[in-house]
Amino acid sequence: MMTQIVFYVFAAVLVLSATMVVSARNPVHSVLFLILAFFNAAGLFLIAGAEFLAMTLVIVYVGAVAVLFLFVVMMLDVNFTHMREGVQRYAPIGGIVGGVLLVELLMAFMHWRSASNIGQIAHLVPSSPERTNTAALGDVIYTHYIFLFQACALVLLVAMIGAIVLTLRERPTGRRQNINRQHDRTVTDSLEMLQVPLGAGVDAQGGFLRPHESYDIAAVPGTYGTEAWRVAEAQETTGTALVMTTPANGTKGEGDE
Amino acid sequence: MNSPIEAIGLTPYLSIGAILLVLGVFGIFLNRKNVIIILMSIELILLSANINFVAFSAATGDLSGQVMTLFVLTIAAAESAIGLAIVTVYFRNRGSIEVDDITMMKG
Repeated sequence: MMTQIVFYVFAAVLVLSATMVVSARNPVHSVLFLILAFFNAAGLFLIAGAEFLAMTLVIVYVGAVAVLFLFVVMMLDVNFTHMREGVQRYAPIGGIVGGVLLVELLMAFMHWRSASNIGQIAHLVPSSPERTNTAALGDVIYTHYIFLFQACALVLLVAMIGAIVLTLRERPTGRRQNINRQHDRTVTDSLEMLQVPLGAGVDAQGGFLRPHESYDIAAVPGTYGTEAWRVAEAQETTGTALVMTTPANGTKGEGDE
Repeated sequence: MNSPIEAIGLTPYLSIGAILLVLGVFGIFLNRKNVIIILMSIELILLSANINFVAFSAATGDLSGQVMTLFVLTIAAAESAIGLAIVTVYFRNRGSIEVDDITMMKG
């Protein structure tokens, strides 16, 4: 009895939150309801005895996919109220298609039955009380389904490379690491001794990161100080390490030539 | 088999799966303009498939369904990662993510 109550609570919240996912006005709310839906689906999995999958669902979806969705929704500066304009127009079509699908599924429900020989099917891994769900899954995944498992790893690798290739862009302001140039740097290239007067700070002497003439030693050749760099730097409001400030009274330190 | 699913039965699980599938398809049609919500609807549809797999796996006492669910989870994660990357690139190029605007390949 307790199991049934828990099941129906999970199921009701799952269906409600799934409804909110597709009908929420704000996409951020949609993502949050998606997280709630996946939590409740994990609860359903737990009731069905699939503990490992329930935990995987929480980790993969709540931990990774939902955060990815949130990240993209918040990063894209999209006018989402403008997006809702077509809803009135599309709702009847969606209702018709959804209704047809629901009727089809109901008809399939009313007429399906288990095969008569379902009891004689040889189970790959019969569930047994002394083997936990995770251990039993491990028995199967690494033996019978090893090639499928490896194919999944390949799919994930391709997805990772694809996502990086799609979103990576070369910026003129990007400062890539150049190991040869880093090793070629000498102390005279990168260090300059200053006599800083008390309370004056280094802003009056041109700021940190000196000497400025050799500043592009560590940068990628042909990227720092060029005209394209200047244009991009002017557009880029953040992300610059070099802050040039003109001192108010124009005094310079003694060690500065 | 002493799984708690025996107290509930297979039919409620399949009903939940069917409702989620219908909601996902409905969501695709309802949010024709917003690619991100379409991707979330696809996640709902895949979740309904997962629920069916797990329910049948528990009801028949065979673990193969749960292995399939694991693989569906992997594919769903890869799909959403690639889909969101495409959405990001598309937004960077066009400044919007409306599906109606995706006609660049049209001759």
